[in-house]
Amino acid sequence: MYKLKKEELAVAALENGTVIDHIPTQSLFKVVNLLGIKNLKNSVTIGFNLDSSKCGKKGIIKVADVFFPEETLNRIAIIAPNAVINIIHDYEVVEKHAVTLPDDIIGIVKCNNPKCITNNEPMKTHFHVVDRNNMVLKCHYCERPVTEDEIVLK
Amino acid sequence: MNSDSLVSINDLTKEEILELVDKTRMFEENPNRKLLEGKVIATLFFEPSTRTRLSFETAVNRLGGRVIGFSDAATTSSSKGESLKDTIMMVSNYADLIIMRHHLEGAARYASEFSPVPIINAGDGANQHPSQTMLDLYSIKKTQGTLENLTISMVGDLKYGRTVHSLLMAMYYFHPVFNFISSDELKMPLEYKVFCDEHNIEYHEYTDFSQEVIDKTDILYMTRVQRERFTDLMEYERVKNLYQLRNSMLDSSKPNLKVLHPLPRVNEIAYDVDDNPKAYYFQQAQNGLYAREAIICKVLGIDVK
Ligand SMILES: [Zn+2]
Repeated sequence: MYKLKKEELAVAALENGTVIDHIPTQSLFKVVNLLGIKNLKNSVTIGFNLDSSKCGKKGIIKVADVFFPEETLNRIAIIAPNAVINIIHDYEVVEKHAVTLPDDIIGIVKCNNPKCITNNEPMKTHFHVVDRNNMVLKCHYCERPVTEDEIVLK
Repeated sequence: MNSDSLVSINDLTKEEILELVDKTRMFEENPNRKLLEGKVIATLFFEPSTRTRLSFETAVNRLGGRVIGFSDAATTSSSKGESLKDTIMMVSNYADLIIMRHHLEGAARYASEFSPVPIINAGDGANQHPSQTMLDLYSIKKTQGTLENLTISMVGDLKYGRTVHSLLMAMYYFHPVFNFISSDELKMPLEYKVFCDEHNIEYHEYTDFSQEVIDKTDILYMTRVQRERFTDLMEYERVKNLYQLRNSMLDSSKPNLKVLHPLPRVNEIAYDVDDNPKAYYFQQAQNGLYAREAIICKVLGIDVK
């Protein structure tokens, strides 16, 4: 356990809650949507275009008093595969880990095939991760591949 | 979810494919077996396909079952906006098995997830049509005596032709060599070439439909080049004749070569090929009946002896 570094304090210190760090700037607001942050009552700090030693500019999200289920956090990997999760208790980072891409992605990504059943019936989409390194998904229903730059969230 | 459904050829193991091929042979020997006595089979053709529907319905009739269903979604409640789920749930109250064709891709997979009775996919858009692949495999086995180590040349529309894609995926169990012969516009999509690379399947791509390739071939799989695939109609006029098979092109071919085609054809096989004993496409279509009898029995768990 260690105290927050100066860099991490740049936005606002958090007493208890979750910090999602190292989000690419262009994915920041997608992550905000993915976590359903606009429906939260808790205080949330969003940092945009912050300097990062790792990746130039980055985004960061700090959510007070919320500890998301692992499954929810891992969805972030679809759009921000290098994001890092910090769990904060009493101003200290008690847990720090990378997000991991799940094998199956359900109900988050839209299928780009207009003739896919998922775009025509009230149902959840379902993708299999077929290539983790190049981030290629395959629709469970129409079996079309979706590459990283084609990923559209629902 | 009903795990007995047949949605995609990729759902079948090598053993299951070989078993289906074997049962197909038994139905060819004797197509009339009263194995579906007392059973009701629904054929739901949300998208019309007379050829496929007649083949399935004949299979049910020869097995002694009864058929309900529709041949065109325009006549059903789905044209009034009923969801696929509601239609399938309603029909599953009446039928022991649902055979469905739908213009939307993934429709049969989705139906198989909630249907209390098995689903057979009779085509979902450009995606899957496993009974076509089974009749292709049976036709290959029957004419070559084996599925192993064959040279299969696919000609025509390799981009949109789902039959060639499914056949390619199914043949990977059997160490084939593929020749892909098409214009640049209708080339085999990258994902299938990647699939071949990953599974060490040898393949060659040609834009020329040459004698040299034909003479190396065991199975010559012709496909229809469809006019509507082309934005440039001049290009279509040029290409459609480049990939036409004429009888004289078979003169120096291997004695065991057979010409397959999923039918209907347009002009990609000249009519003078029809009388050549190497033309197999009409028998191939007939094999569809036996393959479908075998598939119906498999998904219903009926043993054929
Ligand atoms: Zn899809």
